[in-house]
Amino acid sequence: MIHHCCRSSYFPREHYSVPENNRIPHLLSCNSPTRFTSRRFESIKPDKQLDYVNDNGGPQEYIDIVLSSLRSDTVKLRHAKKLQMFDLRRFMILSAVRETVLNFPGGIVKFTQELKFLSESTERIPCYRVLDDRGQLLSNNCMQIDKNIALKMYKDMVMLQTMDAIFYEAQRQGRISFYVTSIGEEAINIASAAALTIDDFVFPQYREAGVQLWRGFTLQDFADQCFGNTLDNGKGRQMPAHYGSKKHNYITVASTVGTQVLHAVGAAYSLKMEGKDACTITYFGDGGSSTGDFHAALNFAAVMEAPVILFCRNNGWAISTPVTDQFRSDGVVVRGQAYGVRSIRVDGNDALAVFNAVQVARKIAINESKPVLIEALTYRAGHHSTSDDSSKYRPIKDIEWWRLAQDPVARFRKWLEGDDWWDSQAESELREATRKEVLHAIQVAEKIEKPGLHEIFSDVYDVPPSNLSHQENSLREAVKKHQQDYPPDVPF
Amino acid sequence: MEEMERDPRVCVMGEDVGHYGGSYKVTKDLAKIFGDLRVLDTPIAENSFTGMAVGAAMTGLRPVVEGMNMGFLLLAFNQISDNCGMLHYTSGGQFTIPTVIRGPGGVGRQLGAEHSQRLESYFQSIPGIQMVACSTPYNAKGLMKAAIRSENPVVLFEHVLLYNLKERIPDEEYVLSLEEAEMVRPGEHVTILTYSRMRYHVMQAAKTLVNKGYDPEVIDIRSLKPFDLYTIGNSVKKTHRVLIVEECMRTGGIGASLTAAINENFHDYLDAPIVCLSSQDVPTPYAGTLEEWTVVQPPQIVTAVEQLCQ
Repeated sequence: MIHHCCRSSYFPREHYSVPENNRIPHLLSCNSPTRFTSRRFESIKPDKQLDYVNDNGGPQEYIDIVLSSLRSDTVKLRHAKKLQMFDLRRFMILSAVRETVLNFPGGIVKFTQELKFLSESTERIPCYRVLDDRGQLLSNNCMQIDKNIALKMYKDMVMLQTMDAIFYEAQRQGRISFYVTSIGEEAINIASAAALTIDDFVFPQYREAGVQLWRGFTLQDFADQCFGNTLDNGKGRQMPAHYGSKKHNYITVASTVGTQVLHAVGAAYSLKMEGKDACTITYFGDGGSSTGDFHAALNFAAVMEAPVILFCRNNGWAISTPVTDQFRSDGVVVRGQAYGVRSIRVDGNDALAVFNAVQVARKIAINESKPVLIEALTYRAGHHSTSDDSSKYRPIKDIEWWRLAQDPVARFRKWLEGDDWWDSQAESELREATRKEVLHAIQVAEKIEKPGLHEIFSDVYDVPPSNLSHQENSLREAVKKHQQDYPPDVPF
Repeated sequence: MEEMERDPRVCVMGEDVGHYGGSYKVTKDLAKIFGDLRVLDTPIAENSFTGMAVGAAMTGLRPVVEGMNMGFLLLAFNQISDNCGMLHYTSGGQFTIPTVIRGPGGVGRQLGAEHSQRLESYFQSIPGIQMVACSTPYNAKGLMKAAIRSENPVVLFEHVLLYNLKERIPDEEYVLSLEEAEMVRPGEHVTILTYSRMRYHVMQAAKTLVNKGYDPEVIDIRSLKPFDLYTIGNSVKKTHRVLIVEECMRTGGIGASLTAAINENFHDYLDAPIVCLSSQDVPTPYAGTLEEWTVVQPPQIVTAVEQLCQ
C-alpha cells in the first residue's frame, strides 16, 4: 500500500487515500499542492471519501530518506518507493537544526550560500536526427517504418512541393489572390501527420497544408478553397490557404498568430475528460512562440496535464524578423523545462526524425496525459507568403543553399533509393503525374462558381437573427437596383 | 447545475471557480459534485482559458467560462472576437463554438475603476456572438440555461450587486428565449427601456411616477444583441415616447445603438426624440458619493420622464 505523505502546514489537516493506480505520483512531500493533485486524476467522478491512513515508522527514517535523496537528484524525491506518514512539526524542527532546506509553497528547496545567478545562456540543446545530409542512416539505429507508409510519405511530400510551386505561380498570374508555401518544411508537414492518427485533432498555424494532404484532403479541395468557390468547405469566407475540414479533424486556420495553441490545449482538455485515445497537435512558428497565447497555453497545458503536442516550426524567420531578434533563449525547446513540459529538438528537414519524435510524443501525451513540446529546426526556404519578397531582407545565396542542399524531400528520396524502395523512373513518373493533377485541379476549380449572396449572412449564428435577415434583404434590394455594378460570376 | 447534470459535456472554467466556489460563489459546490476536471480552476490568463474554451467547444464540450470580473475579459478580447465570434463563419459552418462567457460586471460598491467595467458596449459590435443581460433570479436561471443550450457563443452579463437577490422561482424546468425582452410593467405614457441593475432604479422611479400620475411602461430588454425590436416596437407604437436607462457609458453604449435602431425603424411613431440616460464617459471613481452619481439614479429618471411627457 502506498501512502500519501504530505501534510503541509499550508493546508488544513486532512486525511487522504491514494488509489492503487500508478498514475498518481508518489509524492514525498509538498512538491505540489497534493490535496488538489491527488484528485485531479479522478476528477471525472465525484469526490471519494477520504480515509485515514496509518503510519508505521517514525520521522527519523523519513528524514534520512529526504536528506539522502537531496544529495542526489531532486527528481528522485518524487519517486521514492517507501513513504511514511510523518509529523511535519518534528521534521521542521529537526531540519531547522540542519537548516539546509525549507518547505516553501511549491516544494522543498535547498539553501545555498553562494550568490550565483543562473547563466542566461547555455550550450545549445542538441538536435535529434536519423538521416544525414546524404540520406544515410546515422549510427546503428534501425529505422522501423512500414514501406507503404514511407512511400506515401514521399509521394505526399512531392505532391506538397508541386502544389506549392504551381499554386504560387497561379497567384503570380492573378488567378488566386494569395498563397502560403511550405517550401523547406515538407518533412515537418508530412512526417508529423504520418505519426498521428485521424482521431488526433490538428490545430494549424497556416504552413501545414501537408498535414491535411496526408489525411485525405484532395488537390481539388485545396484548389476549391484557394479559389473560394461553392465547393469550398469554408464557403469562400477565408483567405486562400486557410484550410479547414471537420471530416479530417483539421481545424480551420485563423489568421491570428498563436491563438490556435490555446485552442489545442482546450481541445486536449476535452479529450482528457472524455478519456479518448487521442491527443491534439498544434503547430506554430518561432514568431508564434512570442505571443502571449503561447506562453499561457504552455503553462496551462502543464498545469492541466493536457495531452497536447506543441510543435514549433522554428524556421528562422518570422516574415522579416530573424530569430535573433525574436528571442534570446536557445530557441523554443528550452522553454519546455521552464514550464514543466517535456521537450525535444529535432532536425525538421529529416522526415524520419520528425516521424519518430512525433510518434513517441503522441504516446507520452496520451499514456501519461502530459503535454510535449517539439521544436523542429528548419529553414523557411520560400517567402513568408505571396505578399512578401524575402530577398529584401536575407541574402539570396542563403535561401538557395537551404533550398537545395537541405531539401527534406531530396534527403528522404535518397534514403528510399538506398533501400531500393524508389528509383529515378518512379521519380519522373510521379513528378509528371503530380504536376498534371495539380494543374487539372486548378483548371476545374477556376470554373466553378462562387458562393451566393446568402452566404454572407449564413453561419454567423446557427440561425440568422432578425437583424441579419433584415440586412440581407436590404442588400438584395440594393443589388437589384444596381444590377450592372454587381459581379456577374457571383450567384444571386 | 441542472445543465451540468443534464449534459455531460458542460463544464466550467475560470479563476477560483473550483474549490473556492468562484469570487461571487456562483459555482459554489459544483466542484464537489462534478470533480475538479469539470469545474476547472485556471491560472490567471483570461485569453488562455477563453481560448481553451474555444478549442474545447470545437471538439465537443460546452464550456462555461467565468471571468472573475467581467472587466478582466478585456484580456480575452482577441479570443472572443476573432475566434469565438468568427470560427463558425470562417470554417463554413463546420465547427461550432457553443460557449457561454459570463461574469459579474457593472458598477458595484466601491470596487474601483478597473473592477467596474461595463463590457456590453465594447462587445456589441462583434459579429457572431449573442449578448444577454440577466437581472432577476428568474431570468438569470432561464437565460443561463438557454445560453448553455445555444449553439452560438453567448456572453451573459451578470451584475455584481444583484447576486444577493432572492426570489421564488418555479420548480419545473424552464428555459427563456435569448432574444426576448421582458415586460416588467405595462403602461401607456412612456416606454422605459433598461437592463440589468438599472431595472431596479427604474422600478423605484416608477413608484414615484405612479404617485405623480404617470403610467410608465417598463421593459427589461435582456437581449443586448440582437435587440428584441418586436417587443420594443409594439411598446413604442403604443406610447410614442422612449426613455432608455442604462449603466453603460454614453459614448458607444447599448443605449446609443438602441436609439439608432429605434429611430431607424419606428421614427414615425415617436412624438418626441428618444432620451437616453447613461453613465458619464468617465472611469468609475472609488469614492462612494462620486460613484453613486456616475450611475443613473431614480430622481434623474423621474425628471426625464416628466420632461418627456410634457
